[in-house]
Amino acid sequence: MKSFYEIISTIEPDRIKAKLREVTTKQVRALLDSINSGGIPQADDITILASPAAGELLEPMAQAAKNITLRRFGKTIQMYAPLYISNYCSNSCRYCGFNIHNKINRRTSGREEILAEARLLNNQHISQLLLVSGECPSEVSIDLLENTASELKGLFPSLSIEIYPLDVPDYSRLYKAGIDGLAIYQETYDQKIYSMVHPAGPKRDYGYRLGAPERGAAAGFRQIGLGSLLGLNDWRVESHYLMHHAAYLMKHHWKSQISVSFPRLRPAAGGYSPEFPVSDQELVQMICAFRLMLPDAGLVLSTREPAKLRDHLIGLGITRMSAGSKTAPGGYLDKLDSNLDKQGRTAEGQFNVCDDRPVEAVAQSIRAKGYDTVWKDWDNGFER
Amino acid sequence: MLKPLVIAGRQIKSRLFLGTGKFPSSQVMADALEASGAEMVTVALRRVEFDNPRDDIIAHIDQGKYLLLPNTSGARDAEEAVRIAKLARTASGWNWLKLEVTPEPNFLLPDPIETMKAAEILIKEGFVVLPYINADPILAKRLQEAGCAAVMPLGSPIGSGRGIKTADQIRIIVQQATVPVVVDAGLGLPSHVCQAFELGADAVLVNTAVAVADDPVTMAKAFRLAVESSLAGIEAGSMSEGDAASASSPLTGFLR
Repeated sequence: MKSFYEIISTIEPDRIKAKLREVTTKQVRALLDSINSGGIPQADDITILASPAAGELLEPMAQAAKNITLRRFGKTIQMYAPLYISNYCSNSCRYCGFNIHNKINRRTSGREEILAEARLLNNQHISQLLLVSGECPSEVSIDLLENTASELKGLFPSLSIEIYPLDVPDYSRLYKAGIDGLAIYQETYDQKIYSMVHPAGPKRDYGYRLGAPERGAAAGFRQIGLGSLLGLNDWRVESHYLMHHAAYLMKHHWKSQISVSFPRLRPAAGGYSPEFPVSDQELVQMICAFRLMLPDAGLVLSTREPAKLRDHLIGLGITRMSAGSKTAPGGYLDKLDSNLDKQGRTAEGQFNVCDDRPVEAVAQSIRAKGYDTVWKDWDNGFER
Repeated sequence: MLKPLVIAGRQIKSRLFLGTGKFPSSQVMADALEASGAEMVTVALRRVEFDNPRDDIIAHIDQGKYLLLPNTSGARDAEEAVRIAKLARTASGWNWLKLEVTPEPNFLLPDPIETMKAAEILIKEGFVVLPYINADPILAKRLQEAGCAAVMPLGSPIGSGRGIKTADQIRIIVQQATVPVVVDAGLGLPSHVCQAFELGADAVLVNTAVAVADDPVTMAKAFRLAVESSLAGIEAGSMSEGDAASASSPLTGFLR
């Protein structure tokens, strides 16, 4: 079996760009008609839906996306929250606040702090927790993650991780400790851009990161979260790669559910500004395109996006949202003295949260749109 | 007269079973249950805190009125389905089970091998098992032999609303059945329900079609009426198909 790395290496970005340019609105209409009447699109069809031509047919795309979302997920939105364990990082990603060269307050939460933050989130109904950390195994080891998972499992029926890539045996340990989901974004599938924005550190290894979802699925994770960091490359080209990555995993690791996130670059420490900014209109097109291509995938939107836009996107493809997020370790305990460094600064977050409403306010917004918030959608009982 | 619907010795008044997923709120779900006239209600164990009677979904289902049929949706193999079923029974006393083993998360089609394995174990453990299956007549027979209380073949994939695409197989399952046949999954319109009963099904299970309707409560009522209409039609003794076209005998006329 070929790895996805072997497959992607044969896809020329220029060829994708040429195909995107050639798409006509007639082709888009024909594909929408087929999807609306129950046709199942092929992975290459993403080029049609992510094309500039499809951008002219955003309204019919949105209507089709809304119908599919309603049929597959009903009027529900899954809720989750991230919990940052550490902002130590050995990488130098140009776009990230945790970049090793940024002079920020670094810290790793201790066991008591993690539990205190977890309880705080749990008291706000959060039952799906995402554990996040920078790449620094000496600060956040597999042992620590394993122990944390075992302790948190009682509070959270679903636990996911968004950490540095691992080998299958380590992923297996975490899966057995009760972590059921893995989110690992390639950031950009373009190998040249990838090298430019990751000038040093272990993350420079494009292939090792690209193989992480396959290794995670092989270890048993039920949820595999993919994504491109929007702003690093032309989103239309990224969509092509991302879709093929999802299709590859669905074929070869068919027992894992794929979800797709749409993180748009936000201001972060270090002052990086995106080379390929993505407009609201383009973001909506991308979300609709993925909903049409992957009717059953969880589509995730974080608090990077403003409240108003998030509210509009309820029902339009998005099925999972974070709420009340803090992106720094200890961030939910912001009055904690130990959280301050010598200059009195709180720990730095990974990015600036744009939708800073508390969990309950987001939930109210969802209910006001006639949707139900789904807190629990998994149970520990399946696995142990 | 139709024979009463009896599953595992219990007479079930309504032949419309309802699912509880995808509703815009628990209150709308409760109102839809009421309007549907259903007695049997299925709940995904993954969605509820089954050890917590104040769980929002469970609190909205009056267990004095409805028979709760928990389902193992999300189980990837027999082992997981058995484990969650036993945990839920210990916590809540629920002994009836809609067995779902759906390892592929997109089309949610049932795994026949793991479903069979799980059914055998659960029946030995004393559960009343109603397995969700593809419309496979041999599998249906094997599950009946294992002691399942009913079989639940699909009309088309869950949530697709595509109606009954498996009519020929369902007809065979019905013809050979020694337990009630409940057509489950894919029923998107009240007319699909009529077709299921016309094929000989004993009951139907509907969820998405009601939950995602613009007005779920009215849709629940529409499905109730479709069930009533179908059953009245069967009880009235319908004409047999093809009567009108048998007036002449072009092939055997010469014999007269």
